[in-house]
Amino acid sequence: MEVHRLRLLFLTLLLASVLPGCAWFGRGRDAAPEAVAAAEVPTGESREQPIIDPQVERREIKRPQIDTEDFEIGVYGGILSIEDFESNPVYGARLAYHLTEDFFLEATIGQSRAGKTSYETLSGAAELLTDSERDYTYYALSAGWNALPGEVFIGKNRAYNTAFYLVAGIGSTRFAGDDLFTVSGGFGYRILPNDWMAVHFDVRDYVYDTDLLGEKKIVNNLEAHLGLSIFF
Amino acid sequence: MPRLLRLLILPVLFLAALAQADENLPKILIADPYIELHTGPGRGYPVFHVAERGQEVEIVKRRTDWFMVRTSRGVEGWAPREQMLATLEPTGEPLDLDEPARENYMSRRWQAGVMAGDFSGASLVSAFGGYAFSDNLSIELTLNHMPGEYSAAYSATLGLMHVFVPEWRASPYFTLGTGVIHIEPKSTLVEAEDRTDQIGYVGGGVQFYLTRRFMLRTEYRKDIIFTSRDDNEEVDEWKYIGFAFFF
Repeated sequence: MEVHRLRLLFLTLLLASVLPGCAWFGRGRDAAPEAVAAAEVPTGESREQPIIDPQVERREIKRPQIDTEDFEIGVYGGILSIEDFESNPVYGARLAYHLTEDFFLEATIGQSRAGKTSYETLSGAAELLTDSERDYTYYALSAGWNALPGEVFIGKNRAYNTAFYLVAGIGSTRFAGDDLFTVSGGFGYRILPNDWMAVHFDVRDYVYDTDLLGEKKIVNNLEAHLGLSIFF
Repeated sequence: MPRLLRLLILPVLFLAALAQADENLPKILIADPYIELHTGPGRGYPVFHVAERGQEVEIVKRRTDWFMVRTSRGVEGWAPREQMLATLEPTGEPLDLDEPARENYMSRRWQAGVMAGDFSGASLVSAFGGYAFSDNLSIELTLNHMPGEYSAAYSATLGLMHVFVPEWRASPYFTLGTGVIHIEPKSTLVEAEDRTDQIGYVGGGVQFYLTRRFMLRTEYRKDIIFTSRDDNEEVDEWKYIGFAFFF
């Protein structure tokens, strides 16, 4: 349990520290090329005074350093319904990269904890899972489409940019001591209170196969969460 | 769990502070009769302002192909890339945006991406990052996660990748490397132990230049797992489709 919690923390820190750093590599490359010093060409009449003293200022050529904000990093919290194991709070982190105004890629990791099945509650003592096996973590790599971009108005003078988007992805869920290949999909709504911040409301369905309760079946775990993210 | 939440919020706040930091904005001169400013970074957002020829505006930021500009009167709006290309820098030269293009692929240094596929019947989720020494040769680190029906496996491999003709749009490559694999049998199986073994691979694939800095990739690897038993295991690793970007 400790190892896998550490793994989650490590991944979170890695995401938070390494990925913004990656964007900086691009910045360094934009540095201005060094001006090439003009070579002195000795000529036969070098001792004579030049007829015209060219007063040309050297122009510094510099590519404009434009702040590109295509990455989005944030956190979220909400409710995850784990099939057969109650609904519980879920926390997670999100990293998104906006490819175009229409499409984006998204990586999410989340953590929750499973409750008891109705069988466990009714029987009283029988425990299907150990304490550590009730930890539920997942990650998902998704592609998103801003299907309905728009604006919302609050009163007469305020307009905020929004987007209703659809996402679909693959990933893995770790639950009951096993890794389960997970397909996820859902929709979300994003409101930008200013240029660099976004508030998200998301609904996701995580689908995987499991034989945890004896028979193999497809499980749908629904999640609804609210998130806050910033562009950088 | 709230501990995790606290840990996650801190870097976000830190980045928020960073995002607000710099204020030395590049200026450009409008050369077209006018450019239209939209309320948001998208084609559907309404045009609410125009900046006329000869006006000097500041570029505040860029998001995908949209630029947020600020006029001398302090009006902020978003202009598309096509209109920005017709503007001039204060030196009188057209704005140079340093757009990544296929030609830039040759001068790439870093590349990263994700792939999905099949590892001997198990699903495969893979992430990779690479550094190019030359036009053809690069070193790549690949992290795989293979949640299967009877076991879950993780692997980390380091290898060399040789792109035969990098200037081709669809470009085949060869790869060779080694690493470790960790296999955890399902908890519902009895008498199964976790094990960690060395793994070696040889493979090949094709990468396809998509647009800007983006590429698609497909790959096959023949893996050999050096087990502690008498026989080594040979595994087919297919990565059906992957997405990569270079910078």
